[in-house]
Amino acid sequence: MERETKAFLSGNEAVARAVRLARPQVIAAYPITPQTTVIERLAEMVEEESLKSEYLHVESEHSALSACIGASAVGARTFTATSSQGLLYMAECLHYASGGRFPIVMMNANRSVALPWNIYGDQRDSLSLLDCGWIQAYAEDAQESLDLVLQAYAIAEHPEVLTPMMINLDGFVITHTYELVNVPGQREIDFFLPPFNTTNKMDFDSPRSLAFTAGPAYNQAFKQLQHLAMVKASKVIGDVEERFGRLVGRNYPGLIESLYCEDAEYIIVTLGSVAGTIRPVIEKLRSGGERVGLVRIRYMRPFPDAEIRRALAGAAAVGVLEKDISFGFEGTVFTNVSSALMRAQVVPPRLLNFVGGLGGKDISAADIELIFKRLKKSEPGETVEFI
Amino acid sequence: MSCPVRNRSFIPPVALGDYPVGTAFPAGHLVDTNAAWRSMRPVIDATACSNCLICWLLCPDGVIQRHDREALQIDYDYCKGCGICARECRQKAISMENEGNYGT
Amino acid sequence: MNLSEQRPEHKISIRGLSDREFFYGHKACPGCGGSLALRLALKVLGERSYAVVPAGCMSAVGFIFPQMAFGCNAIISTFPGTASMLSGIAAGARALGIEDFHAVGFAGDGGTADIGLQALSGAIDRHDKIIYICYDNEAYMNTGVQKSGLTPSGARTTTSPAGKRLRGAVTRKKPMFEIVAAHGIDYAATASVGHPLDYLRKLEHARTVEGTSYLHVFAPCPVGWGHETAETIAVAKNAVDCGLWYLAAYEDGKFVLNHNPGEFGSIRDYLFGQNRFRHLQEQDVSDIEAQRDAKWARIRREWSH
Repeated sequence: MERETKAFLSGNEAVARAVRLARPQVIAAYPITPQTTVIERLAEMVEEESLKSEYLHVESEHSALSACIGASAVGARTFTATSSQGLLYMAECLHYASGGRFPIVMMNANRSVALPWNIYGDQRDSLSLLDCGWIQAYAEDAQESLDLVLQAYAIAEHPEVLTPMMINLDGFVITHTYELVNVPGQREIDFFLPPFNTTNKMDFDSPRSLAFTAGPAYNQAFKQLQHLAMVKASKVIGDVEERFGRLVGRNYPGLIESLYCEDAEYIIVTLGSVAGTIRPVIEKLRSGGERVGLVRIRYMRPFPDAEIRRALAGAAAVGVLEKDISFGFEGTVFTNVSSALMRAQVVPPRLLNFVGGLGGKDISAADIELIFKRLKKSEPGETVEFI
Repeated sequence: MSCPVRNRSFIPPVALGDYPVGTAFPAGHLVDTNAAWRSMRPVIDATACSNCLICWLLCPDGVIQRHDREALQIDYDYCKGCGICARECRQKAISMENEGNYGT
Repeated sequence: MNLSEQRPEHKISIRGLSDREFFYGHKACPGCGGSLALRLALKVLGERSYAVVPAGCMSAVGFIFPQMAFGCNAIISTFPGTASMLSGIAAGARALGIEDFHAVGFAGDGGTADIGLQALSGAIDRHDKIIYICYDNEAYMNTGVQKSGLTPSGARTTTSPAGKRLRGAVTRKKPMFEIVAAHGIDYAATASVGHPLDYLRKLEHARTVEGTSYLHVFAPCPVGWGHETAETIAVAKNAVDCGLWYLAAYEDGKFVLNHNPGEFGSIRDYLFGQNRFRHLQEQDVSDIEAQRDAKWARIRREWSH
């Protein structure tokens, strides 16, 4: 499709459309619910030749990412997708890809991690891997999912970033739910995403050794460079969104989206699709005069610490609502938010952690209203509250 | 390049900007030698050598260098003194001698 | 193609081999069989090779920043990921329109028969155009001589010590050549650094295969096996002579034995020439001989020679 079109797509199908537009040269993936329809659509596209890509049927997720690293190491643009158990199976390769500075783009269907077995959406899989060196974005809906995949290649392949990127879609809620999506035209995207070009590759004109060993004298410097590149990505993300907005006509607000935080006393901070449940509750409460707001974190890495501080500075009480728990302590998003606030001494009087939605447990509008009530009334220093 | 080469003017990286991007570095870049590993070194008797090239073939480190119509040379920077060449030579043209005799 | 015939295009002359060294200045132990296997392979395959080397001896000695011993393009893969990375490289190069190259992997016995087996199976299943070379030193040598799936019966390793209860490893080598052949792979062969011309011929053949090739090279390790560094080639030759290793090929659904000893060399001399077997008792030696005889009875019955 040369021009932008509208289509009724699931989140997974939207991702597949974006991948086709991005023209990856190698796709290697292993099926796992609820990612499967992405790789099925991609297989159909390759078969009907609307997508020209090498499609590898790998025999495990570890091999999927390992194959993508190999392809990236000769200079190819790559894509893979997975979820929960698969994400963890390839965990070694996640570190490998980021340490090797291979700008692979991957979709992760957020799904609970065994045990017990559960195929429904929570965010324990990706949030347990925040330290592996990948840029991590969290989509709210199918449209954002599609746009994030396209932006991901521009961010990841930027020469000052060269860091792989993971786009997270809530399992089933986004992956399998249908909505009307604008699909950009190929011509715009070819302009937005020129072919991948790098010197971080094996090359017959300039032979190289890749993925080498670095001992105690040198290793830390490589890691520091990796960290600085991820920090730099914060700025690159803004530039990419701005360019995307000019070319495609859709604008994104950067590392976080904040709603009514300028005057809000009570703010919920969260990730992903649950924001869609929170918005109507906020509108309802605000129409009754209550000063409530929302921060939707779009990028967990690089972490938007300055933006979080700005958004939450004036709040009386903040509740971090997340679909994960670091057993024995608190939710990981809460840890990250608290740290961002603490280091600049910008801590609201009450900072609470709400854990819910684990294993696909429903979070209703009534649950959200209850959270806002708790924010208004609670004492400081509470422990994690499961909703 | 016909062989990895020792970069005698290599300066180790100090500042972050000195480091390569990614874990990628030019191929065939050597910095130090393996000479100090040896306690014995192979010495080729060119008059006994039949130039069959078995030693050249079987050296795990590839340090025996052949030149058309000339005697075989050994790169003593990278020879580890394993003795395979002397052991496999059909002509007994290679002897393993004490490294100490060579004042290294 | 039948390797039991001397095929003119694969006739190897030592003098005809390239002078170029693609694996040089590395930190492998003196007399390392694996490093010889790697060096010879790259000589045959040439500069348009992408070499993949997983965690193990060859990667540990060849890529220590800033010292890079590979003269051609090379990359370390994760331990389980040799074959999957090879598949990715082959696919990526194909997609980029790069032609006339070899994607070649050099994995140890542990990295092939144990942790790397899944990915190898997948690559063969996908019929990817790669060359997978297993250098078999019969244990996890890089980490200090621990038992692997290719450690032979009776061998002492640090995790299968020889004591009162058990005398070294109690399991047998996994039949990797047969496992790979059972996949219906395009081409597989066993080789030994003690029979270099046979190995070079098989490398030359692998170059031409339009599909997946697997070469299994017997590569003695002086440190792990307990023999003099100068004896590596002789030990490898003895293993083939006494029948504890065999030179064979598989192609087009047929097994071919390339070398059929008229009379086996002494198993006893082979075993007691290495520290890792010196604890064996007479019964153990008899058991190993019996295993060899049973295997060779089957090979001679079923493979053409």
